[in-house]
Amino acid sequence: MSVEIARTSQQVKGHGFYRALVLRRQLILLALTLALALSFCIDLALGPARFSLGEVMAALASPDAVSQQARVILWEIRMPVALMALVVGASLSIAGAQMQTILSNPLASPFTLGISAGASFGAALALAFGVVIVPAAVEYVVPINAFVMAMVTAFLIHAMSLRRGVTIETIVLLGIAMVFIFNSLMALIQFFSSQQAVAAVVFWTMGSLTKATWPKFWVALTVLVAVLPLLARHGWALTAMRLGDTKAESMGVNPRALRLEVMVLVSLLAAIAVAFVGTIGFIGLVGPHIARMLVGEDQRFFLPGSALCGALILSIGSVLSKIILPGTVIPIGIITSLVGIPFFLFLILNHKKASW
Amino acid sequence: MVTLQLDRLSARYGRRQILAEISTPRFEGGRVVALLGPNAAGKSTLFRRIFGLLKGGGEVRITGAASERPVAYMPQDTGVNAVLTVYESVLMARMQGRSLKVRPEDLAKVDQALDELGISPLGARDIGDISGGQRQLVSAAQALVQEPEILLLDEPTSALDLNRQISLLTILRRLAREREMLIMVALHDLGHALRFTDEAMVLQNGQLIACGSTAEVVTPELLHRVYRVAARIEPCSKGRPQLIVEESV
Repeated sequence: MSVEIARTSQQVKGHGFYRALVLRRQLILLALTLALALSFCIDLALGPARFSLGEVMAALASPDAVSQQARVILWEIRMPVALMALVVGASLSIAGAQMQTILSNPLASPFTLGISAGASFGAALALAFGVVIVPAAVEYVVPINAFVMAMVTAFLIHAMSLRRGVTIETIVLLGIAMVFIFNSLMALIQFFSSQQAVAAVVFWTMGSLTKATWPKFWVALTVLVAVLPLLARHGWALTAMRLGDTKAESMGVNPRALRLEVMVLVSLLAAIAVAFVGTIGFIGLVGPHIARMLVGEDQRFFLPGSALCGALILSIGSVLSKIILPGTVIPIGIITSLVGIPFFLFLILNHKKASW
Repeated sequence: MVTLQLDRLSARYGRRQILAEISTPRFEGGRVVALLGPNAAGKSTLFRRIFGLLKGGGEVRITGAASERPVAYMPQDTGVNAVLTVYESVLMARMQGRSLKVRPEDLAKVDQALDELGISPLGARDIGDISGGQRQLVSAAQALVQEPEILLLDEPTSALDLNRQISLLTILRRLAREREMLIMVALHDLGHALRFTDEAMVLQNGQLIACGSTAEVVTPELLHRVYRVAARIEPCSKGRPQLIVEESV
């Protein structure tokens, strides 16, 4: 009898602990969402014409209630940029999170795997020499070039990873090799192009949200919304991948097939994001690490957590890019690295638990 | 009741043959089978082949299974650095192939698996923070929580202290009997094999060289031939067979 009672109380304890853990994580995700909403509103309010948060809320609630000038500024000019920050941040962070998961490597991200560098090279070809890989409207030549080269890089890495003797550890090295190759090619392009073209290439590689427009936002959002459920479907299997291939296999996961599918999906996410806003290297690496510290690696929380962290970092970056030098919008890629990396180091050095 | 029989099972890595035509009698649920053999004999490969992770000739015959996935496999321990609690890592093992929604009965099964192995207090710990021995017990819980009818355990006691080795093998034998589960366990300690297993199969260089009741298979001749040690097997004061190793030869 007493044994029975002891067992029952222990089971309640097990349940209780887990339920509390789940509740805590749900609250963290809620807090991130609220912070994101706040940052988004501040992002809308800031700019050459400043609005109060109340005016922004009013304009969001009913666009007709505010002046036409406010409506145009908030809805037509700032909204696509602010929304693009959210979608691009979420996309890059999810891409990094799943790259780190399937490659079991804390350094994996769209940037370190060469996908961003590939995109920059594609963009530079268009900006410097007018090379058009896929014919399209003038506005889309640069992003399409960037997208194609980003996907080519992802497939090159995948093709190389299929060779015998290439381990998942080697894949990140292959990615870094791609970064160096593309950087050299970029230097070569800049060497042979006009000063004006060099300036355009350099500005593009800095990463800037000001390239955002409504149509670009809808494309990026559609890809994100399409990819998310496909990743969520593999939630348990992806979580198992973090215990290593052998363990995952023993739980019925096929690591090779999963790695291929997820790599294609996240390359698509990263390529679209980079193609539209340029190189923003920091989010894909750091977004997932912050999410991991906050909600752990159960994909049911890690996936939305990564998306929210990425979106929040980029949204805050967008806010900072407007207020650091009043009157100037500093390219977001510079802000996220300059402000974000010290913050990230602070988190890592002060985090009590190991986070990788 | 579930049964498992291997029929001319073989496996190769590239051109290298690892297992050569392994055939066994039919093993029945409720029994514990020791898989013995020196290092690199092909024990892990046999488990992988039975579990379906390796292709090859021959057939794994399973009859009488009630579920679609009757076999669970616990591979040898590897270090992990995932940011997951022990509880989550066991829950995740149960939820593979299921929906994202966790039901109360899933949590009850996790509680039960942790409880059975005496590791409930570890539930809230991070999987990367526990010792190798504790991790091995968590691995066993990850396999048990899948409610297998056939359980393949690859050296589950290799990182455990003596007390935990005895307790894990005692628990496994009891669970095999209670649940009519067939457990196949790779062991290096032949004394444990003699004490806790009903049947034994011995691999050497990828070939099955002995198979039958453990008491009949584990003999001084076998120890000499396979493990190259001189040894005696004598009953102890309680009548249990006791393995006494004298020297390597």
